[in-house]
Amino acid sequence: MAKLTLEDLRRMRGEKQKAMEMRDSSNKDVQVIVGMGTCGIAAGAKDTFTALVDAINEKGLTNVLIRQTGCMGLCHSEPTVEVVAPGMPSVIYGHVDAATAKSIVEKHIVGHQLIDDKILDRPSIDIIKNA
Amino acid sequence: MAFESYVLVCGGTACCSGGANEIVTAFKEKLEANGLADKVQVVVTGCLGFCEQGPIVKILPQGTFYVQVKVEDVEEIVKEHLVKGRVVQRLCYDPEQAKKLVAEANIPFYQKQYRIVLRNCGVIDPEKIDDYIARDGYKAIEKVLFEMTPEQVVDEMLKSGLRGRGGAGFPTGMKWKFAQQQPKGQKYMVCNADEGDPGAYMDRSTLEGDPHSILEAMTIAGYAIGASKGFIYIRAEYPLAIRRLEVAIEQAHDLGLLGDDILGSGFSFDIELRFGAGAFVCGEETALLQSIEGNRGMPKPRPPFPAVKGLWGRPTVINNVETLANVPVIINKGADWFNKIGTATTKGTKVFALTGKVNNSGLIEVPMGTTLREIIFDVGGGIRGGHKFKAAQTGGPSGGIIPPQFLDTPIDYESLAKIGSIMGSGGLIVMDETDCVVDVAKFYLDFTVDESCGKCAPCRIGGRKLLNYLTKITDGRGTEDDIQKMQEISDAMCKASLCGLGQTASNPVRSTLRYFMDEYMAHIKDKKCPSGKCSKLIQYTIDPAKCKGCTLCARKCPVNAITGTVKNPHVIDQFKCIKCGQCEANCKFGAISHG
Repeated sequence: MAKLTLEDLRRMRGEKQKAMEMRDSSNKDVQVIVGMGTCGIAAGAKDTFTALVDAINEKGLTNVLIRQTGCMGLCHSEPTVEVVAPGMPSVIYGHVDAATAKSIVEKHIVGHQLIDDKILDRPSIDIIKNA
Repeated sequence: MAFESYVLVCGGTACCSGGANEIVTAFKEKLEANGLADKVQVVVTGCLGFCEQGPIVKILPQGTFYVQVKVEDVEEIVKEHLVKGRVVQRLCYDPEQAKKLVAEANIPFYQKQYRIVLRNCGVIDPEKIDDYIARDGYKAIEKVLFEMTPEQVVDEMLKSGLRGRGGAGFPTGMKWKFAQQQPKGQKYMVCNADEGDPGAYMDRSTLEGDPHSILEAMTIAGYAIGASKGFIYIRAEYPLAIRRLEVAIEQAHDLGLLGDDILGSGFSFDIELRFGAGAFVCGEETALLQSIEGNRGMPKPRPPFPAVKGLWGRPTVINNVETLANVPVIINKGADWFNKIGTATTKGTKVFALTGKVNNSGLIEVPMGTTLREIIFDVGGGIRGGHKFKAAQTGGPSGGIIPPQFLDTPIDYESLAKIGSIMGSGGLIVMDETDCVVDVAKFYLDFTVDESCGKCAPCRIGGRKLLNYLTKITDGRGTEDDIQKMQEISDAMCKASLCGLGQTASNPVRSTLRYFMDEYMAHIKDKKCPSGKCSKLIQYTIDPAKCKGCTLCARKCPVNAITGTVKNPHVIDQFKCIKCGQCEANCKFGAISHG
């Protein structure tokens, strides 16, 4: 890629910010975010990730975006998976094994139902955004 | 078909004992009765972490947070909130501010965390530079390169009051200033990612979750001090962090955010990784520089300080990962903004790796001045298994043990030093009454003796001697004289060791002697370990009156220490017994006990 100039970087930031907001807003694609820090991976996040991909392929879903991220700080509940889907509150699931991953796709994404016993909350709001 | 609302009922142990199951059933019935069964889903969640106010019910998508809900309240919540859309104010957390405090995010409990360093961790994809840029990434670089002089950058850091998060708390701006004032020429910027305290993983998680923030901060520092070259010294045991850093460096290179003439500003800066082999002493800055140069990792006396004479004899600034992660935010939001967070002497936030006997072990970031009680009981959710808090250990092997009477101490560098501990890099290990402090001190000494580089005698010999005394005491051979000797050795190590490792290695011993002398005395005088941890001081015995002679314990014993005939009381041979506890755990009649 060509080297950025100052203007390029500013334009790029604007575009990416919009893209990120789009992903966050309600009528765009479903986002599934898997915590893949060392803590998550040690707890089996790779299996969770594979199970999610398999389940999504199996259902033939094309509107789902699977992303990885670092540690959310909820190390006691790894692997953690955050699901942001249109018309649904965004939630974080904890202790997501392959079976739970499958039911996230089947129940949450396809069936629009939350799954019992697996929901966690973000430990805090990200107030740097509002500060 | 999607539901319109969701009722989340906390299904944690505490809430269940408070009737959460009945509440779930009641919700289902009332929703059915009001024709909302297919519009509202009732969900049981894992513990929402607010046990003292349970049972907890949360309504999504609004995020209304109801506390101390009873079965009788369910009908009102359904009729008022879910049918008419009116919040039931009397059940909100703080009724006086109910109008404002409807969302969980507004409850003070959840506000105890403040994420500056971890702002992007768990939010962005660390392998995508786009994600970082979208969250104001590389904006600080723009500002610094095009709007600020190096002097202004250093002034801003000085004004912010940011202090080194590696443990010692030296003002970051000051370090930068020293290096900046050195004559022009080759200078180096080094990031210390050699995180070695047992139980600490803040730096690893930051690098794994937000590697670009470190690259950006190092570039800013490089500009400020006039360095064109940076090194990240990271331990080889962090393969994922290394991979993500490599990806990040490559992406930044591709976009020209690292390398020659960054963004056309004329400033060039490049970063290389250097891998450590996991020696604890290499977290000490002079030893770290030795290791980068390819020498054996051993500290050197200071002065000269690295800012004057560092890597290959050139001025070098060494900053810890967490320190650096603060830098872009300080530049973007300004020193005055940062200055307002924290205490009088210590600004900003601190990331802690909260581990040990706490319910919510994990990575947390709180403003300086937060108390240990808030960290352990609010953010951390209290002590696991309903046990009693005994002590907290901060600062790993260099830190001290903090007893319950200091739970309300606001955390900053000075207050922790005053009570005999240190801030350290951020490991926070919580202990309950089943932990033996003498055993803990022994564990840390074992670690530092292992990790001592051996260059100076106080650390090499003193550490070994201390460990011998601690072993003697936990084996039940200790005398009161030993305490006196341990105190003398501790003082000598503190005063005479060459580097921070030796100077602080006796801290676990000093602080436990200071606050838990009675426990040492129990080991020495009564030959007893009050928490039952020191295996040489406990004895398993079979009560002949209760033993039915079922032979189960004899069969479970891995060393055949238990003898006896069927239907007759059994006996444990104390010489053979290895105190594994299998017999006690398996006895169906409660005939076996230890003490």
